[in-house]
Amino acid sequence: MLLIDCPWCGPRDETEFSYGGEAHIARPTDADKISDEAWADYVFLRSNPKGVHRERWFHVHGCRQWFNLARNTVSHEILAVYKMGERPALPGDNPKRKKAPARRKAPAKKNPTKKKEP
Amino acid sequence: MTRYSVFSLARNALAYHEDWPEAWRSPEPRPEYDVVIVGGGGHGLATAYYLAKEHGITNVAVIEKGWIGGGNTGRNTTIIRSNYLWDESAAIYEKSLQLYEGLSQDLNYNIMLSQRGVLNLAHNEHDLKELSRRVHAIRLNGIDSEILSPAEVKAMVPIINISKDLRYPILGASLQRRGGVARHDAIAWGYARAADARGVDIIQNCEVTGFTTSKGKITGVETTRGAIKAKKVGVVVAGHASVLAEMAGFRLPIESHPLQALVSEPIKPVIDCVVMSNAVHVYVSQSDKGELVIGAGIDAYTSYAQRGSFHTIEGQIGAITELFPIFSRLRQLRQWGGIVDTCPDASPILSKTPVENLFFNCGWGTGGFKATPGSGWCFAHTIATGEPHPINAPFTLERFTTGTLIDEHGAAAVAH
Repeated sequence: MLLIDCPWCGPRDETEFSYGGEAHIARPTDADKISDEAWADYVFLRSNPKGVHRERWFHVHGCRQWFNLARNTVSHEILAVYKMGERPALPGDNPKRKKAPARRKAPAKKNPTKKKEP
Repeated sequence: MTRYSVFSLARNALAYHEDWPEAWRSPEPRPEYDVVIVGGGGHGLATAYYLAKEHGITNVAVIEKGWIGGGNTGRNTTIIRSNYLWDESAAIYEKSLQLYEGLSQDLNYNIMLSQRGVLNLAHNEHDLKELSRRVHAIRLNGIDSEILSPAEVKAMVPIINISKDLRYPILGASLQRRGGVARHDAIAWGYARAADARGVDIIQNCEVTGFTTSKGKITGVETTRGAIKAKKVGVVVAGHASVLAEMAGFRLPIESHPLQALVSEPIKPVIDCVVMSNAVHVYVSQSDKGELVIGAGIDAYTSYAQRGSFHTIEGQIGAITELFPIFSRLRQLRQWGGIVDTCPDASPILSKTPVENLFFNCGWGTGGFKATPGSGWCFAHTIATGEPHPINAPFTLERFTTGTLIDEHGAAAVAH
């Protein structure tokens, strides 16, 4: 059970919140132009790290505000709470993870046969 | 391998059971194998067994970071059924159930399969219509399934509360009589022993730390016990699938969640089938020792911690004590969590990957135990031939790009 420090309401029990999945996944702005691989990456593929996970939470039974948590998925320790639109650097951050948005486009490049499709 | 029989039992009884040979060897890893299976749970061991039995590939190692069957194989609620809506799911889960039905003889190991029937409760009009639709679809696939009225449910499970005053009243249920439970540890041990007898090396306490590749082709694995070369590698690591995929340089549509279960103190027999309720996220059966084995839904957040939140357990206990009022005075004996690899469409991935000769079997989510033999059988075919068997061909990684999902979430609801 987590004790989550809501940026607006302070520390509250996990049962007041609902989980919103991985944070910082931007919807592609050129959705009509991107490849199926890039779209699948946005819709389905997830980092699912063993370690620091940046994720969205919703204070559904409180202030009804969305915000972000950086949480360790092994110890469940909450390393940072921050508002939507922010992204503070963390000492526990896996440096590889910061490259995640760039890597997301990589599968399309790795698959030259699929790229030829109209 | 010493064949287990009534005669070997009698012979060893005379020797005070002190001379039983080890069930499988613990060899040092060889420098190279034809196939390396990463993950010594039920699915990985079954894969190794069917590689040897069906495809004659015996130069195989199963690498396990802990001990075999110590992950989700030993943490599930042991329920077996094949009553899935979609044809693709029905095919793979029914293949699995059929293999389970002959598995004790096949492995010469008592897996304690008990086809005691699995009930899925309907709590409202929509549940009942959905369940009826599923039952008809399942029967069209040649799999046994039927609908019971509340009175028939009560006759089968006398301790259940069918009062109309419940928060979730029972309006009916679907029943698969061939469904039931089996001894989960025995699946791992039986497959390990049988695979070992065919020459497979089972290497425990050996964690994979990376893959070696050459020109987009797998050449081996790096482990805590040194590098091991391999012509082909199959990864079957459940909750850690994303971690291994990252080592190999690609991403998966998988999120790892804790799934909890618990057992009560042992009591005399009160329930001789499996009762599941998707709406209230709970399922229960009684073990041979008399403990009630109770499972829950997953915790919402991602985790690798093999433990979940108390309120999830509280929710399932609330639901189960309303369905079975006599359970309210029982004490809980122990409770645990496992890490399940959930897919967006609640169907597994048994697939080739962007790395040649590297295969992934993952995404079984909350319902992998029932699929153990079928999963291993299909995955062995995929590894041996390099192409999926028609049964697992729909369960590719590409389906998330093409959009041909096998959406069992809506069909089978939460309980798998």
